[in-house]
Amino acid sequence: MENLIAPLIAAPLLGAAVLLVGGRRLDRVGHWIGTLLSTASFVFGLILFADLLGKNAEHRTLTQHLWTWISVGGFQADVTFRLDQLSMTFVLLITGVGSLIHLYSVGYMEHDERRRRFFGYLNLFLAAMLLLVLADNYLLLYVGWEGVGLASYLLIGFWQHKPSAATAAKKAFLVNRVGDMGLSIAIMLMFTTFGSFAFGPVLSHTGDASEGKLTAIGLMLLLAACGKSAQVPLQSWLGDAMEGPTPVSALIHAATMVTAGVYLIVRSGAVFNAAPDAQLAVTVVGAVTLLFGAIVGCAKDDIKKALAGSTMSQIGYMVLAAGLGPIGYVFAIMHLVTHGFFKAGLFLGAGSVMHGMNDEVDMRRYGGLRKYMPVTFITFGLGYLAIIGFPGLSGFFSKDKIIEAAFAKGGTEGWILGGAALLGAAITAFYMTRVMLMTFFGEERWKNQPTRSPEAPSAEPAAETRGEHSEPHPHESPKVMTIPMIVLAVGSVFGGAFFSIGDRFLHWLEPVTGHSEGDSPLSATAVTGATMVCLVIGVAIAWARYGRKPVPAVAPRGSLLTRAARRDLFQDDFNHVVLVRGGEHLTRSLVYVDHTLVDGVVNGTAAGFGGLSGRLRRLQNGFARSYAVSMFGGAALLVAATLLMRAV
Amino acid sequence: MNPVNYLYLAALLFTIGATGVLIRRNAIVVFMCIELMLNACNLAFVAFSRMHGNLDGQIIAFFTMVVAAAEVVVGLAIIVSLFRTRHSASVDDASLMKL
Repeated sequence: MENLIAPLIAAPLLGAAVLLVGGRRLDRVGHWIGTLLSTASFVFGLILFADLLGKNAEHRTLTQHLWTWISVGGFQADVTFRLDQLSMTFVLLITGVGSLIHLYSVGYMEHDERRRRFFGYLNLFLAAMLLLVLADNYLLLYVGWEGVGLASYLLIGFWQHKPSAATAAKKAFLVNRVGDMGLSIAIMLMFTTFGSFAFGPVLSHTGDASEGKLTAIGLMLLLAACGKSAQVPLQSWLGDAMEGPTPVSALIHAATMVTAGVYLIVRSGAVFNAAPDAQLAVTVVGAVTLLFGAIVGCAKDDIKKALAGSTMSQIGYMVLAAGLGPIGYVFAIMHLVTHGFFKAGLFLGAGSVMHGMNDEVDMRRYGGLRKYMPVTFITFGLGYLAIIGFPGLSGFFSKDKIIEAAFAKGGTEGWILGGAALLGAAITAFYMTRVMLMTFFGEERWKNQPTRSPEAPSAEPAAETRGEHSEPHPHESPKVMTIPMIVLAVGSVFGGAFFSIGDRFLHWLEPVTGHSEGDSPLSATAVTGATMVCLVIGVAIAWARYGRKPVPAVAPRGSLLTRAARRDLFQDDFNHVVLVRGGEHLTRSLVYVDHTLVDGVVNGTAAGFGGLSGRLRRLQNGFARSYAVSMFGGAALLVAATLLMRAV
Repeated sequence: MNPVNYLYLAALLFTIGATGVLIRRNAIVVFMCIELMLNACNLAFVAFSRMHGNLDGQIIAFFTMVVAAAEVVVGLAIIVSLFRTRHSASVDDASLMKL
């Protein structure tokens, strides 16, 4: 059965190769080839899943050794895949949600003449992500890791004729490189510490290594996770990544890419368990990011950017849970899966809204759309209820568990982390209600609009290229787009309950990640109650501000915090001042040192020898007798030196 | 007779030759002075050979004679052609080989 793992990865890889090499003759069928191969991968995943379910919990690890990649002395790298409960969960999420997004893109990208290429990139993305979660050693994981970076670069910059998209792609790639550096350093440290970077030797021998080394490895892994998962301080690429087509955003935010960091931390759990300092850093990063993303999400008028802020915040929850150690690993992954459902649903819903609104993304020009797009409204609404943690829906179960686990960390840390998570839940309720109200309720602000002002933000180019500047005519999207949304909505409604009842998910994942119950100062009921209170407060404030009063079509100036949040809490300004300017100053001073000191020494030496040889040249005067004098002088000196040496 | 005297004679001859090379301008005289130096060396070799009781010095003296003979042929040819082109045998006149 383990022989099925390689085809699982090979199917989308084949799709990418065929679509990208095949050329224009595949334009008419390319999108179906891509969807078919991605679905095939999902089917392989289901077969393997059924196989795993049929085994005992202890024997649910399959490995497939393909070939030895590099073998030099003690350095051994294999192409080996490892399928256990953790990677199985990811495989199903990636291929399942990924296939739905493929299907949706068939409709969404219908008018794009480069649709075949788009599907090729989507398949490449899936293949890289599958390689990442199925690798049996960190070096092979790194290959998938880089593949994901490449595919995200290609997809974010898919509309590369727009300078903003090209810049966003570059930004995502460069910020990710910082994280990649962390991962490569972590792999090198692993090799020097354990003599190997395969999961088995590294993760089962953490007891042999000193805590300092493990902390260093853990921090480098955290840096890597920050880059891929858009955590503070490497979060700045995520908002700009919205320049890509909406299905790409759904894919990046739900099934692939940002989940890679969480996977890395949970997979390396043994390292973090043995390095409490690194673990603390993980929780801090998670808590800061969950608040950061939530605050940014509150202020954005661009529907996709608001959702991007929410992704950052939800991934923050997962990282926080992963940093809590065995108390939280299972819940991090559970939230990741439920989030995969509802966030994909939300993004696809947002795409559907944009599709019906001439690619308008400004929520201040939406309003009252529930009448025109009933299916989108209902699926988006269910996703909304799931993400804010409405009782009974999937977000309720998974987020509640994370908040409980944060309190269970114990001590002051537990209170701070739990408090941050609770606050995050309130803000989540606020900004998601805001998105919901501005988009589907209230006045129809898109009517009687003059043509778009040129400075209005425009994320997608189609409106300009098609020359449609007239009033939009909102309409429901075709079936090929709504069906994936319905499936995802069903998942976001029932997923959490399905996982939580009888602790199914916990028992499934426990053999890989381990699990322990913390001792929470609050009872589970109290935490749930507090979460509900936060939820109600958040929704109520949003209702008071955006439901009761009409929403102005032009954004008001807003408070200082709002303006800061609109600028992503000055993340880019910070990066510009500290990193760009700092880097410029550093290079300038280095150039100065190079010009004065290094070049000075080199040029000075050259000038010195030049002058000396100019003097010596005068000896060459052409008179044979003066040469003879030199010869005699030299010979006399040699004789004298010889005699002197013999005398001594 | 004390062989060291031959060495004194050799040193004297060498000094005369070296001085001649350094202070005389006529190429022929310079040439003869060089020959004088060579033969002073030969004399020293032969004297040392006698003093140490082996034949190495004498063999080297023969080599020196052969080299000197070859040098005379080349050197005289150069001097003759120099005289033909410049109508002078002064070594100081032929000072074109310089920077």
